[in-house]
Amino acid sequence: MAVCIAVIAKENYPLYIRSVPTENELKFHYTVHTSLDVVDEKISAMGKALVDQRELYLGLLYPTEDYKVYGYVTNSKVKFVMVVDSSNTALRDNEIRSMFRKLHNSYTDIMCNPFYNPGDRINSRAFDNMVNSMMMQVC
Amino acid sequence: MEGLTLSEAEQRYYCDLFSYCDTESTKKVASNGRVLELFRAAQLPNDVVMQIMELCGATRLGYFGRSQFYIALKLVAVAQSGLPLRVESLNTVKDLPLPRFVMSKNEQESRHTALYSSDADNPASYSGVIPPPPGRIQVKKGSVSHDAVQQRTSADQQESTSPVVSPQQSPPTSPHTWRKHNRHPSGGNNERPLAGPGPFWAPFSEAQPGSSASSDPIWSGHSPPPHQENWVSFADTPPTSALLAMHPASVQDQTTVRTVASAATTNEIRRQSSSYDDPWKITDEQRQYYVNQFKTIQPDLNGFIPGSAAKEFFTKSKLPILELSHIWELSDFDKDGALTLDEFCAAFHLVVARKNGYDLPEKLPESLMPKLIDLEDSTEVGEQTGEVGYSSSPAEAPPSKSPSMPSLNQTWPELNQSSEQWETFSERSSSSQTLTQFDSNIAPADPDTAIVHPVPIRMTPSKIHMQEMELKRTGSDHANPTSPLLVKPPDLPEENKMSSSVKFTSGNTVTDGYSSSDSYASDPEQIGNTVTRQRSHSGTSPDNTAPPPPPPRPHPSHSRSSSLDMNRSFSVTPGQQQTGVVAYPPAVPPRPQPSQGPGPHVHRPVDAEGLIAHTSTSPQQIPEQPNFADFSQFEAFAVSGVNKEEEDEIETHSEVLQVEKPSDSASSLRVAKADGRVEDKAPANVPTSAGKGTTPLAPPPKPIRRRLKSEDELRPEAEEHAQKTGVIAAVLASQPSIPRSVGKDKKAIQASIRRNKETNTVLARLNSELQQQLKDVLEERISLEVQLEQLRPFSHL
Repeated sequence: MAVCIAVIAKENYPLYIRSVPTENELKFHYTVHTSLDVVDEKISAMGKALVDQRELYLGLLYPTEDYKVYGYVTNSKVKFVMVVDSSNTALRDNEIRSMFRKLHNSYTDIMCNPFYNPGDRINSRAFDNMVNSMMMQVC
Repeated sequence: MEGLTLSEAEQRYYCDLFSYCDTESTKKVASNGRVLELFRAAQLPNDVVMQIMELCGATRLGYFGRSQFYIALKLVAVAQSGLPLRVESLNTVKDLPLPRFVMSKNEQESRHTALYSSDADNPASYSGVIPPPPGRIQVKKGSVSHDAVQQRTSADQQESTSPVVSPQQSPPTSPHTWRKHNRHPSGGNNERPLAGPGPFWAPFSEAQPGSSASSDPIWSGHSPPPHQENWVSFADTPPTSALLAMHPASVQDQTTVRTVASAATTNEIRRQSSSYDDPWKITDEQRQYYVNQFKTIQPDLNGFIPGSAAKEFFTKSKLPILELSHIWELSDFDKDGALTLDEFCAAFHLVVARKNGYDLPEKLPESLMPKLIDLEDSTEVGEQTGEVGYSSSPAEAPPSKSPSMPSLNQTWPELNQSSEQWETFSERSSSSQTLTQFDSNIAPADPDTAIVHPVPIRMTPSKIHMQEMELKRTGSDHANPTSPLLVKPPDLPEENKMSSSVKFTSGNTVTDGYSSSDSYASDPEQIGNTVTRQRSHSGTSPDNTAPPPPPPRPHPSHSRSSSLDMNRSFSVTPGQQQTGVVAYPPAVPPRPQPSQGPGPHVHRPVDAEGLIAHTSTSPQQIPEQPNFADFSQFEAFAVSGVNKEEEDEIETHSEVLQVEKPSDSASSLRVAKADGRVEDKAPANVPTSAGKGTTPLAPPPKPIRRRLKSEDELRPEAEEHAQKTGVIAAVLASQPSIPRSVGKDKKAIQASIRRNKETNTVLARLNSELQQQLKDVLEERISLEVQLEQLRPFSHL
């Protein structure tokens, strides 16, 4: 279960960001923002090969004391960043991957919506529902 | 706040009013703005209003929550009825009439007019707004838009349109007109004011067939009128009667009529708001309207509306983009960015509902879901083709499909049909329905079905052998398989082309599953399908499921003859497309070959013959009499030609063949055989035959054969070929007999089909073997030619 999920556009501005509304959400925003540097670093590192060969799942971007940050990049340079609570040890890499896959699929569905202009903030209820399902259930 | 008990009508009415006032959907209403207008419209003295507000607690809270609002409304009703305002009167007063709100700039007696005209500030907007929706929304009864506009303007101007205002008429009409307005961008605030008055009317007169209210189409009340009677359904008599009554009243009736459907729908929706199924059902008229709108964008009902076009279309509804986006998410079931007819209707329906004030559901209601069940039934479309798989395929289901949408199913017979087709299209598979239909249309006599009866010439050794036997009149080994096969050819003369492939395919299908023969035979369309499919099989014919065991190999003694038979048979089969028989085209220049040559050449022709025969027989068994005859000649040929010792026989056989064989190729073959030079021809023929040339050409070159080839070399190969050709011959021989028996007995047909298929596989195998031999022979030839070339220079030295 993620603590914070963010969708970053190609130009590195957020399209969608949602956190578990417990603590200071601003902290998560900041975390996501700083993780973008790591994402770019990973992209450029893999950039030697063709984009096709680059894997979408970036894996653990960096861990902190409280949580871990995972990243995922699409071929259109749309980034998904997920902040996961470190105490949640049950999450395996596969699960993270599947969560990113779901995110990607939902994002694709949004893209299919002709009323959605790429670059707009994401206001889809379906997407919200999907993200909610992935977020940690905070009492 | 005391508990407030509201009657059903009150509940609805208040809910409508609240929605009307709740412009920001915040579930609480500011004390100013619409609420104020509303209370002013109640025509109560200001102090009463203030008292009411105080009583309900709005002043305390600073805004009107829903409960406060309801209490206020109730108090308004109390005040309007002349009762003192007391909190306790809220629940004690029974049968309190619903509060009446008169919102009119002009002091209008008629509430309707007042209501309508009160929105004079919005008339312009409405007028601007109204036209587009009518365009969007089909006017069932004509140019409602015009009426609406006119009405509005007239109403605005007159503020009263006295006839319009008649209370008796207003209620029914108001809802209608209100409905019409609902179609306008309900999201816009402009609509909101209308919504308020709209519901007001409803409670007033339950079943008044007034149409005057229609004069105010402006009222796009977003909440459906509480009146169920008027709205129950478009088809209900009361509304219709109301409509009829209204008709003479004003043109607005049309508008109301137009909106009746939507009104009815929304009414239903509201009534059954608890269960989503019914409220979201699309009525016939609506469906028809949606379909027509769909056609304006996409004439093909089975096609898709691209996202951009849909976006433009729905943007006209003036709903906020956010809501349109949500509607799209709900209705684009397969998430493909395009709307099928079902999806489009669902989206349209949601738009209509939204404009009428209904909140969008979180997920698509069942009744709006595209019919997916059909996909499973039809096993078709990929729809849209099998593209997305059943769950996501928007393919419409046949009528039987969705039980949850009986209304839809019932109302669209044509749509269902089209959807079936569409589904088929989208699913990319001839639906099983069609297949089954075809099965039921078994037409054995159908010439197409004849195609189904493959008349492959079985290249089974037994057959070849049998043919040989026939030629030799040595006996009748013609087993049943061959005879039926032989019978068949005559029956399918005209289907050479088709049959060739069909036979082959049918043979394959037979081998694939004998049970399929029935459907196969009975379904001409299937034939086409199967043919096409089987054509793909053709390449792998021998690999078809469990082909029957090949007939026993012919006697070794007949091997060569069989091969020759094959050659003959190949040559005999004229005009058959692929048969490589054609092989004997003049391309085989008689070349004086060294002694070495004969060997390979011998091989070659034999191979060629075998190959030709094989190809000719295996693919299309155009088991015609000529073929049969050819094969018989071929058999004789094969029997005799291979072995020099049998040359005499060959000649005799050739004569026999000549007699029997009508085709030139046969004759030429005979001649060639007689000369024993068929072998030479074979190689030349084989290469060409590989291309499946025209059989008739084969014979001529044959005579040029030389006897250079050693018979010994010929023999072994001939033997091999003979076996194969014997099989082929047997198959061919059996073919003619097939038609006779088959034509009468379906079982025989099926049996023959099976046999043919078996033969097919055998022949296919034989073909492959011969091809291999051909290759070998060609290689030898090439090497020989190289040697020759090497020798020549020396000779010239």
